[in-house]
Amino acid sequence: MTRSPLSDRDLLRKSIEYRRDTLRAIVEAGAGHTGGSLSCIDILNVLYNRVLRITPENWSSAVRDRYVQSKGHSVEALYVVLADQGFYPRDQINTLCQYRSPYIGHPTRKVPGIEMNTGALGHGLPICVGMALAAQRDGHDARVFTLLGDGELAEGSNWEAAMAAAHHRLDNLTAIVDHNTLQITGATRDVCSNEPLDAKFAAFGWHVRQVNGHDLAALKAAFTDPGPPGVPVCVIADTIKGRGVSFMEGVLKWHHGVPSADEHARAEGEFSAALAAWESSR
Amino acid sequence: MSAPAPPMHSPAARAMAERLGLTMGRANLEAYADTLLALAREDHRIMAVTSDSRGSGKLGPFGQALPTQIVEVGIAEQNLVGIAAGLAACGKKPFATSPACFVTARSLEQVKNDICYSDVPAVVVGISAGVSYGALGSTHHSLHDFAALRAIHNIAIVAPADNAETIAAVRLAAAAAHPVYLRFGKAAMHDLPPAIGGAPFAFGRARALREGTDAAILATGETVIHAVLASAALAEEGIRCRVVSMPTVRPLDGDAVLAAGRECGAVVVAEEHCVHGGLGEACATLLLTSRLSVPFTIAALPDADTVTGSQADIFRHYGLTMEGLAERVRGLLR
Repeated sequence: MTRSPLSDRDLLRKSIEYRRDTLRAIVEAGAGHTGGSLSCIDILNVLYNRVLRITPENWSSAVRDRYVQSKGHSVEALYVVLADQGFYPRDQINTLCQYRSPYIGHPTRKVPGIEMNTGALGHGLPICVGMALAAQRDGHDARVFTLLGDGELAEGSNWEAAMAAAHHRLDNLTAIVDHNTLQITGATRDVCSNEPLDAKFAAFGWHVRQVNGHDLAALKAAFTDPGPPGVPVCVIADTIKGRGVSFMEGVLKWHHGVPSADEHARAEGEFSAALAAWESSR
Repeated sequence: MSAPAPPMHSPAARAMAERLGLTMGRANLEAYADTLLALAREDHRIMAVTSDSRGSGKLGPFGQALPTQIVEVGIAEQNLVGIAAGLAACGKKPFATSPACFVTARSLEQVKNDICYSDVPAVVVGISAGVSYGALGSTHHSLHDFAALRAIHNIAIVAPADNAETIAAVRLAAAAAHPVYLRFGKAAMHDLPPAIGGAPFAFGRARALREGTDAAILATGETVIHAVLASAALAEEGIRCRVVSMPTVRPLDGDAVLAAGRECGAVVVAEEHCVHGGLGEACATLLLTSRLSVPFTIAALPDADTVTGSQADIFRHYGLTMEGLAERVRGLLR
């Protein structure tokens, strides 16, 4: 189901706007996980505008799709996307991380549209196995998605869940890895390598798709093409941490760096240029 | 493991139980498994979730009768609790059943975040709790679970004392809208005398089992029977000792604790737990912050390398017996 009448071209604009608004929220709050929010914007864009049957209108339906953001630290991006989906007014996010604001630094069910409280890593996939089992046992076609960080995959609970998902033949479950290859200490490969991720998930019994995590069409296909019956799907989305802001891309310090006023102005300039380029591409 | 368990009670305690007319029931674990199966036949939202623990959880018949309502996750307690949280978030009523030593330690973060913080109506069931696996060593003891869970917001902590309390607790847990932790052992338990005044089992409600004002024993879980016998032994010496079963460590029945502190000459709290962070400290805090001063002690396991042996051996070693609890009362009254 596509809730929005967005064209594929409009979808490209959404990614630019989501990045701009995410950075604005982080600057306003003076805190945030900048790089990892920017790396997963295109994934969230495709999920919420093309794939997920999750809307404010169907939120109380037991058979809605489910999305659990296991890499909870990238919540700023999710808040922006949920506002755009109509779960709450965009200006609510201006309270991000302020005293008693529900818009805290990790997903919380106090915010409309958030499925589960996350933030400690390694929790989303087991929860989603439970959600997928519930749908499977009830015989309805809800799909369950989780977004994992690649650094997060060092948490052993992910692999417990990966094993169980394959064992229980949860083909309604898709785990997306935001494969930006950086974590707070350095390159994931250097910190404690978990590569090759594709072979690992395949060995655990998953159908693995590795795609460019900034290619909206490729992401949509990866999320919607039917996989083998009875096999959960892992989408390894190759992304760039800090994507969309030239001086942040692939630079470690932007893991949770907050841009200065000057840096933010530069970033805004890049977003404006990207939007102008989008306009002139018509 | 295969050696027959030594009797839980001394000959004198067994004789006392007979004089009181207390019948021997089954293990609370068995009462749990039967009750859960009966409830699940009627309510298909109820699911048993096991971590290779369906045998130790007596859930084999459940799995056979209701194969679509049991989920096996293998030896993976973090996954057990995370999956239970996901099921609960999607309208199921999961009972995540695993030895208490693991489910409240290995998967404590999942209990804290996925269940309590997300506030999903899952039930965490700690089987073979306390020192039920006494001879297997500290890896298999759960003497920390009350303390760990009391410091985590939003989960009821329930340690039934006999089969009747267990059945009532499982029924309430199945109907609960918020997280619940159930905890019991695997030894057969005596049926307790009926609560004075017929007080029904409810979360946050203590149940007075014997009257008295010379002293009081507030007890939870599998120590309650020993408190009842101790009170009967003390009665023969002319000491009238109140016994209160406190099945819910949280919510605590503060009124019952304060009444004991105000009305009785001494208060002993008995629990199959470390002296730190359990029912005893909960009661002590309430008494002190209510400016009630009363001779007080906690009969529990010390902050020490726990002796090993059967549950009965360990209870005897630390005085969680008729004789031991009676002596703790006498000591406070001397």
